[in-house]
Amino acid sequence: MAAFIVRRLLQSALVLAFMSLLVFVGVYAIGNPVDILISPQADQADIARTIAALGLDRPLWQQYLIFVKQALAGDLGKSFAYNIPALQLVLERLPATLELALAATGMAVLLGIPLGLWAGLKPDSWPGKLIMTGSILGFSLPTFWVGLMLIMLFAVELGWLPSNGRGPTSLLLGVPVSFLSWDGIRHLILPATNLALFKLSLIVRLTSAGTREALLQDYVKFARAKGLSNARVVGVHVLKNILIPIITVIGLEFGSVIAFAIVTESIFSWPGMGKLIIDSINVLDRPVIVAYLLVIVSLFILINLAVDLAYSLLDPRMRLGAGQA
Amino acid sequence: MVVRWARCLICAVLALAALPAAAAELRIGLAADVTSLDPHFLNVAPNNDAAWHIFDALVHVDANARLIPGLAVSWRAIDPTTWEFKLRRGVKFHDGSDFTATDVVFSLQRPATLAASPGPFTGFVKAIVSTKIIDPWTLRFKTAAPYAMLPYDLDSIFIVSKKAASGASTEDFDSGKAAIGTGPYKLVRFARGDRIELARNDAYWGWPKGKPAPWDKVTLRILPADTARIAALLAGDVDAIENIPTADLTRLKSNPNFRLEQKVSWRTLLLHMDQYREHPPHLTDKSGKPLAHNPFKDARVRLAISKAINRRAIVERVMEGNAIAAGNLVSPPVFGHVAALKAESYDPEAAKKLLAAAGYPDGFAVTLDAPNDRYVNDEQLAQAIAQMLARVGIQAKVETMPASVYFAKARAGEFSFALLGWGSFSGDLALRALVATPDAAKGYGAWNWGHYSNPQVDALLTRDFATLDDGKREAVAREAASLALKDVPVILLHHQLASWAMKNSLAYDARTDEYTFARDFRPR
Repeated sequence: MAAFIVRRLLQSALVLAFMSLLVFVGVYAIGNPVDILISPQADQADIARTIAALGLDRPLWQQYLIFVKQALAGDLGKSFAYNIPALQLVLERLPATLELALAATGMAVLLGIPLGLWAGLKPDSWPGKLIMTGSILGFSLPTFWVGLMLIMLFAVELGWLPSNGRGPTSLLLGVPVSFLSWDGIRHLILPATNLALFKLSLIVRLTSAGTREALLQDYVKFARAKGLSNARVVGVHVLKNILIPIITVIGLEFGSVIAFAIVTESIFSWPGMGKLIIDSINVLDRPVIVAYLLVIVSLFILINLAVDLAYSLLDPRMRLGAGQA
Repeated sequence: MVVRWARCLICAVLALAALPAAAAELRIGLAADVTSLDPHFLNVAPNNDAAWHIFDALVHVDANARLIPGLAVSWRAIDPTTWEFKLRRGVKFHDGSDFTATDVVFSLQRPATLAASPGPFTGFVKAIVSTKIIDPWTLRFKTAAPYAMLPYDLDSIFIVSKKAASGASTEDFDSGKAAIGTGPYKLVRFARGDRIELARNDAYWGWPKGKPAPWDKVTLRILPADTARIAALLAGDVDAIENIPTADLTRLKSNPNFRLEQKVSWRTLLLHMDQYREHPPHLTDKSGKPLAHNPFKDARVRLAISKAINRRAIVERVMEGNAIAAGNLVSPPVFGHVAALKAESYDPEAAKKLLAAAGYPDGFAVTLDAPNDRYVNDEQLAQAIAQMLARVGIQAKVETMPASVYFAKARAGEFSFALLGWGSFSGDLALRALVATPDAAKGYGAWNWGHYSNPQVDALLTRDFATLDDGKREAVAREAASLALKDVPVILLHHQLASWAMKNSLAYDARTDEYTFARDFRPR
């Protein structure tokens, strides 16, 4: 187990190093932030001086080596546009994005598994058909359009919920969260729903397909023949067996929900990392872009690790031996 | 039990209902992210907009982009290289301390200490070689040569409190510790990427007629996505928004619950043409073979292009009426605008004749480059121009890209025909940046992508910047503009209109410099 985790972490370090190099080369190829941010009234000497002051006049390899040296000391550089450490800037926005992603994932799981079970157990009933049809819509409607429709309906027309932004935050274990107040929850409902919709459909379909398959298995027939109650057959025997693929997908999707919450965050002006990265790319704020991607990659690595560990808990056949990385 | 719950609920509802009456709040949706509240760190419009709420400068700019007294009540040149500024007396910082000349000196020196800025303010103080405090309310600035633009430059340097900002970092300004100004609002909270909460400064010297605005609380919400900003206004989550996309203007105009305020902006859209290389990139005959000469070097070709563009159609169709055709580098309210210079009239027949006379009866082929996220409808604008040029035989291929890519390429000289939008306080500043012969030593022509060069214009500009009397200077600036524009150094297109939308109960003094200031909103 320990060897497995150590090997995983070593691989991750390589991925992180490669990632930073890729971003460096990419941003360098596009241009430099001074061209975008400098005042129109600045003259040629001002521009040259500014580029030199930021070290952007040096060759790419020198800039990268300086970055690596500082990064190894734990310093990812200061944001060009914000003038505060890039990592701090990204981590400051992380709670907002995590809150949104967790709320969306929670909604998707809590609604998706029961709905999927229902649709799998009673595929020919009208609620079952309705659920499956609804899930097709959830898949196929583009997120930004659904978001706009949610805003138009619930904020503009009905006026029930705020159209955008995050509610007031309070500290929970030192992390600013907004879901502890009613106003905060009101702000969270629309963006979380928008972000949850796709995953909800995914979980509904996975659960329903898994259930229908499991119901035909011998162990379910045996359990029924043994005279177990329907609740126990479904709740224990079926559910536990279909949970492994669902957990894999939830894990993978959680990473992508964090990384791709960008659309939802933009539409709802949710002050998370997605909004930050868009702004930073627009002004080629390289330290922030690097820090953001490193954080995201690290999150993906952690989530995958957590998923692997969850497997071994759910299914004793999967042991995380040293030879199985 | 139930009764007790109900009583609690009623108490809570009453408490909530009582709040709004006590605290009147104005909520404004801004269109771009404010990255920092350090007023000396990054010179970009969104940051300056926020800083103007908290801080003042010596010189202010009115709604027509003309200089007016700010923290300085008057200024004059006492000799050709010395400016004397008289400061406003009795002004207090938000912490109650007095504003004096030492705060000014400190504020003028602070930009140079922030080395890590990609958009520094240092350019605005470089003309000052020495500063002398005569008394706490009088300052003298020495310049190396006669320099008329000092009052303009000092409009861009915010005055911070020396006591609060000594040794302060950008973080200290963002946290509010050092953000102590003399402006109309005090900083309450800055939530990066989300909102800025402000409280009214009742002691502000500049309230119109000495009467503070009716809102004791102002919240600036950061809403960069156009749809989010408009939805927030429609849903009543904000009271006013800036920067309305042209497509939504028509809809908002017909909605009785909202009002629009518009004003011609200082931003002028124009096309640069390469006039310095014999074989600029992407400029060929129609079969793709290189041309013998660069057609843009011929003033007749440049005039032909100008005549081929139907500005009225651009204003009416592309801009949906939210622009005015341009015949000047600066828009009508701005210093140095020449009323006699009219927008070139649309005349495709004359354009064809001019092209034939210049030796291009069949036209030529060129790539028109434009950004697609910088100016109002920039991509559609480039497409429309390409179609208009096709009618006179010039085959223009449109290439658009995000601003982050566009400006680096432009500076590297990769374009020969390119769109640029420009805002200036004054006509001579626009001439210096856009059409003066590029000269790094003098700081001329920094944005003259086409390298148009006219020694007479350069000489006039040099005289202009050394003319300390505003009236005389404006005459020189107009002469220089008239002389340069005769050559068609750039193709002038239009001046944008800046727009604000707000609840029906509000009014706003729309500004040519496009800034959104909470202090200029008032109930109707």
